[in-house]
Amino acid sequence: MDCEHWAERGWTEKLDAYFDGELPAGEGRALYEHLRQCATCAAAGLAKVQQKLAVKAAGQRFVPDAAFRARIERSIAARRPSATLPWGRRGWLPVLEFAAVVAVLLIGAALFLTLHRGRGEQQLMSELVDQHVATMASSNPVDVVSSDRHTVKPWFAGKIPFTFNLPELQGSPFVLVGGRVSYLAQSPGAELIFRVRQHQISVFIFQAKELTGGSGNEAARSALSFEVRSWQHNGLRYFVIGDASAQDLDKLGELIKAAG
Amino acid sequence: MPLFERLYNFAHWLTQDREEAEDLVQETYAKALKGFSSFQQGSNFRAWIYQILRNTFFTSRSGLKAAATVPLESESDQQTFPAINETPESILLQRLDRQLVQEALGRLAVPNREVLLLCEFEEMSYREISATLAIPIGTVMSRLSRARRALRDIVQELHGD
Repeated sequence: MDCEHWAERGWTEKLDAYFDGELPAGEGRALYEHLRQCATCAAAGLAKVQQKLAVKAAGQRFVPDAAFRARIERSIAARRPSATLPWGRRGWLPVLEFAAVVAVLLIGAALFLTLHRGRGEQQLMSELVDQHVATMASSNPVDVVSSDRHTVKPWFAGKIPFTFNLPELQGSPFVLVGGRVSYLAQSPGAELIFRVRQHQISVFIFQAKELTGGSGNEAARSALSFEVRSWQHNGLRYFVIGDASAQDLDKLGELIKAAG
Repeated sequence: MPLFERLYNFAHWLTQDREEAEDLVQETYAKALKGFSSFQQGSNFRAWIYQILRNTFFTSRSGLKAAATVPLESESDQQTFPAINETPESILLQRLDRQLVQEALGRLAVPNREVLLLCEFEEMSYREISATLAIPIGTVMSRLSRARRALRDIVQELHGD
């Protein structure tokens, strides 16, 4: 063997790490200089790159079909709290059937309306928790990145059909991360992302008149281990969702309410 | 659904069976949804969900079988010297035979196959692979090296057929 390095234990791993881009900068430079002078190691390196490219190309082989995608979406939906309810995702037919029965049995009407309102609220919460999870999983969680409320608020002008106030966070444990436009019931609204320690909290704001589900009353609840706070003020519905403590969500909620 | 296509592809590579891959992906999403509160903010979401998928696989019947029949660290650690003439890699380049590489990947032992796919196809860093497979970075490097050598051997064998 022309190159004495091949007698070293771990030389192959070192070459691998270099071509995987994992070698520390100093070692990488030294190895690069060696590769420029050593035909044996350069040939081995070329072979490694060829193999990497071949495996990368061959790795994409299996594609899920549309039926499976639909099945898994249904399956996931079925595990959400809203879908455990009688008409969570099954369309309106069961609701109408139930309504007809209630119409005949007038005595049940009040009970039905109460139940329906509660379920609508829960569906809204479920949708918003989904959006919060999607935001956290996204590599681009916000469209406007700024901790300055005077930057974030104007960014929404013209993008949503209402305006809102953001609280002064100085002296509080919360940091504004940014915001994005969100949609609920086909209506645009604002999603603001706050951070408290290692937790992220989404604050959703929508026009109350666009949301048919739910009462709009002040509420605190948990959904899928997330804490949720909601209230209505000046024609806007506010939802605060996150995996931070209940106290943190209450505190952030109070700051937003105070900002009006 | 984040990473749906890639998770399915990886699941199919692990199970080598369409139905099992579908079950595996479905269970992975169910577990991820259920355990999302355990996900540490600021940590790597991709590594986390891939870890759920492979843990689910290795506790399934076929996964247990794969883990039980494959010696993970017993293969020889001897260096592979670069060949002078035709190498498996040059064969790959010349033929650009994707099917041949896929066949070879399919014949690899599962631990070798998964570490290669995570590195080359998913382009995960050693740190991400370490988190996904729950093994130290040093083991990631040695396993990758063994996997590449094993793939070369299989390609050479297939080419000779």
